[in-house]
Amino acid sequence: MIRIDVDKKFCKGCNLCIANCPLGVLAVSTERGAAGFLVPEAVKPEACNMCRLCEVICPDFAIVVEGEREKRG
Amino acid sequence: MHPIAEKYLRKSALPQFFCQGCGDGTILTALMRAIDDLGIIDDMAFTSGIGCCAWIPVFVNADVLHTMHGRAIPIATALKLTNPKRKVMVFAGDGDCVGIGGNHLIHAARRNVDITVVMVNNAIYGMTGGQTAPTTPHHAVTKTTPIGNAEFPFDACELARAAGATYVARWTTAHPRQITTAFKEAINHKGFAFIEILSQCPTQSGRLIYGSADPVEAFNRLKSIAVSKARAETMSPEELAGKVIVGKLLQIEGRAELTDEVYALMSGGGDGLSAETRLATN
Repeated sequence: MIRIDVDKKFCKGCNLCIANCPLGVLAVSTERGAAGFLVPEAVKPEACNMCRLCEVICPDFAIVVEGEREKRG
Repeated sequence: MHPIAEKYLRKSALPQFFCQGCGDGTILTALMRAIDDLGIIDDMAFTSGIGCCAWIPVFVNADVLHTMHGRAIPIATALKLTNPKRKVMVFAGDGDCVGIGGNHLIHAARRNVDITVVMVNNAIYGMTGGQTAPTTPHHAVTKTTPIGNAEFPFDACELARAAGATYVARWTTAHPRQITTAFKEAINHKGFAFIEILSQCPTQSGRLIYGSADPVEAFNRLKSIAVSKARAETMSPEELAGKVIVGKLLQIEGRAELTDEVYALMSGGGDGLSAETRLATN
């Protein structure tokens, strides 16, 4: 089960995570963070392959990918 | 909170006040991953000058000297000479590092002092509102060059190499994992290490020079202009126009380093001992 947590205290809604996810897991949500920006959410967490590009690209340590990949095939 | 943020960041300074999508934040996270991988937070000492990127080390829960514009490098040299066990890292913007601080850069490189200088390059003086810097592209429009920049930008990596740096690398904030690796290599390298990181600045250089204040567009521009050394060798000059070569550009080990030389001379002999060994046995 893969969990993608967005820390609303730190997220500034820059959308770099959404733009860099190669699998379209993330999209802009309708919730706002502490800074007032619209934060992302995982709309397809089952498609996540834990590449962590969202995590390393985020300027604010605002997104964490946790859990384990299920074996496929 | 992200586990690495929990472990290493200065909580009283959070949240970071960098602009939405600023590359400084990505450099901070890449730095924390490098330090976590090496496990050396207690040995680290940071200095920085003035500017947005000078706040990068301030958010780290470690020894940090947030100093004057352009003067972080001599202070870092002093930190290294007075306690050779420290791993000293400098964060300076492009204006700070090759503008007002240019002289300090060339002499620190000439001395091959064992510090790492990270130049965060957004091609503009960002914190003060967007004035032309020594790295601003030719013909760029900024607050001080509304009719276009008549000057030509430095290649700071070439400058550092020519002055005597023994580790030189260039990356962009679109390469966070490579930045982490470069940080680890530079910290472990014995000698003067210079890392230039092209960083998106949506608010100033993005808006003024490159025509968009959108963080994703500013980021994608960096991704599109970065070219590896190997690939650049196969490209024609026309294809290379507007591109930057990224990667580890130089690494020379074994050259005499300032701290070792100073301590050797103070002890009256060139017996080849490093400064740390000398201090440990005295």
